Amino acid sequence: MKKITPLKRIANLQQLKLLANTIRQDIITSLVAAGSGHSGGPLGMADVFTALYFTVLNHAPKYPDWADRDYLILSNGHICPVRYAAMANSGYFSRAELKTLRKFGTRLQGHPHRSALPGIETTSGPLGSGLSQAAGMAYALQMDKKKNRVYCLMSDGEQECGQTWEAAMFAGKNQLHNLTAIMDRNNIQIDGHTEDIMPLEPLADKYRAFNWQVLEVDGHNIQEIIDACHEAQAIYEKPTLIIAHTIPGKGVSFMENDPEWHGKPPKKEEAKVALQELQAWRKRIMQGTDSDG
Amino acid sequence: MGSINPKAYLVQNLYAKDLPRVKTRDGYGKGLVKAGEKYPNVVVLCADLAESTRSHWFQKKFPERFVELGVAEQNMASLAAGMALVGKIPFISSYAVFSPGRNNEQIRTTISYNSWASRRGKEINVKIGGAHAGISVGPDGATHQALEDVALMRLQPGMTVLVPCDDKECEKATLAAAGHPGPVYIRFGRAEYPSLTTEKTPFQIGRMEEFCSGKDCTIIANGPLLYEALLAARKLEKEIDCQVLNCHTVKPLDEKTLLAAARKTGCVVTAEEHQWFGGLGGAVAEFLSAKYPVPVQRVGVQDRFGESGEPVELMKAFGLTANDIVKAVRVAVGMKRE
Repeated sequence: MKKITPLKRIANLQQLKLLANTIRQDIITSLVAAGSGHSGGPLGMADVFTALYFTVLNHAPKYPDWADRDYLILSNGHICPVRYAAMANSGYFSRAELKTLRKFGTRLQGHPHRSALPGIETTSGPLGSGLSQAAGMAYALQMDKKKNRVYCLMSDGEQECGQTWEAAMFAGKNQLHNLTAIMDRNNIQIDGHTEDIMPLEPLADKYRAFNWQVLEVDGHNIQEIIDACHEAQAIYEKPTLIIAHTIPGKGVSFMENDPEWHGKPPKKEEAKVALQELQAWRKRIMQGTDSDG
Repeated sequence: MGSINPKAYLVQNLYAKDLPRVKTRDGYGKGLVKAGEKYPNVVVLCADLAESTRSHWFQKKFPERFVELGVAEQNMASLAAGMALVGKIPFISSYAVFSPGRNNEQIRTTISYNSWASRRGKEINVKIGGAHAGISVGPDGATHQALEDVALMRLQPGMTVLVPCDDKECEKATLAAAGHPGPVYIRFGRAEYPSLTTEKTPFQIGRMEEFCSGKDCTIIANGPLLYEALLAARKLEKEIDCQVLNCHTVKPLDEKTLLAAARKTGCVVTAEEHQWFGGLGGAVAEFLSAKYPVPVQRVGVQDRFGESGEPVELMKAFGLTANDIVKAVRVAVGMKRE
């Protein structure tokens, strides 16, 4: 049997920041080409995805079915443009394919579909069911004494779904230490700000009460994200939730923190401005003068 | 003159008053244990109804492969999908009103669609055991009497839908489901029903079996209504020669057998303990109207909710007895064109 080598982990922070920048540009490009889709969430999660795909996850992009891989479940499937961009940049498929997003016949479905694209671990989109699936995987892997880890990305809005808490209760009861959930705490959802729509705080305390370990990080500080994931790996009694505080639309000034940009793509002119801003940020990263983490 | 098909290997004393009546769910419980013995990756998930669904027999035998989730059917469906994604064959057991009722979207997205167009061997092998289906649940009343579950499951692409007629068939269906690729729904009731099949009765997913041969009318039934269909055929034997088909697999429908039957007898009656649309009757009528239109009469619950009562009195009150099938057969035959 052929020996599979996992993707080499990147330790250089500047290199990771540049990758996050490329992913953001790819998100803008693919959304413009698609003409529909979500902007805020994907841009806000670019740093988390960079940390996961290039440093944290044990995976082999050329062998998406590799038995020893870590599993990444994206519960809030609507932010898939960031996952597709991270996958393309880590070698699952060509970056050119990103422009097929949401088009008829594409492998890059509007919400990710497992059998459409190797490397998508599960079909997702309807909120609130990702944590259940991740818990099921983690439980079954523990039954079989396997070492693979399960990561579940979810939104803050889907903490309003009852099913999320059914899964949280189950993971706490069964001490699923091989499960790490990462919540995109960006404070917005379709109809407005989460704390207006349905107050979620104190989120950390709620999860602690469900027997989870909770860590909080700046979701744009790649090093902090990596460190938190490693800390989670060292805990053997509980599942871990990492609350990643993010700015939706991060990197594009007119999209940042605006619920308006949750569910729409940039128009051509807007995309041009967005890409210019991201290019300028890229320059600062290369010069070492960026202040963002 | 119609007669019982010897190759169906039904019990000898089929029409005896003292024909043993057994809970169909006992067959589910036994089937789970057999499936557990045959497939080491079978696991059973339970939402606080271990004894009632008979999954406690599996729990006793394989405690490390039994997962209790509490009253959380939505979590149970998606969690099972997660276990299937890493190679398990999970059976999720609850009452049909909750699973596939309450958790319908979770089954749709994380099980059926997730399994859709999968490569061979990559299907989502979640099996759904829907207990306490039908009005014969009895005194618990309408909230616990699932009458729409077969329709719900039929609507999902890639789902296999099984409605066994008695305990022995339920046991076979459960074991067969474990080895069948992709999602499967197995539906069964709460009460004791006549145990009419034997070990030797053939069972194959996707295949109707002729239990009684006849040339004037075809009665297609499943679940507890199958025995009523056989009783109806006997009541009618001097008047109308009835063929009786056991349609335990509502999806995929055995179209070949159905077409041959319609061609032979020229009219069809369906009988099921379910709403008279969306389930077996709907499936048969949809197919025949497109491929070989013949009169179809459907025996089922006529667009209403159930209520409390003893199973026998409810089946009578809701028109789900042999006498109701007899009436439907007469109507169907009367509608035949010369």
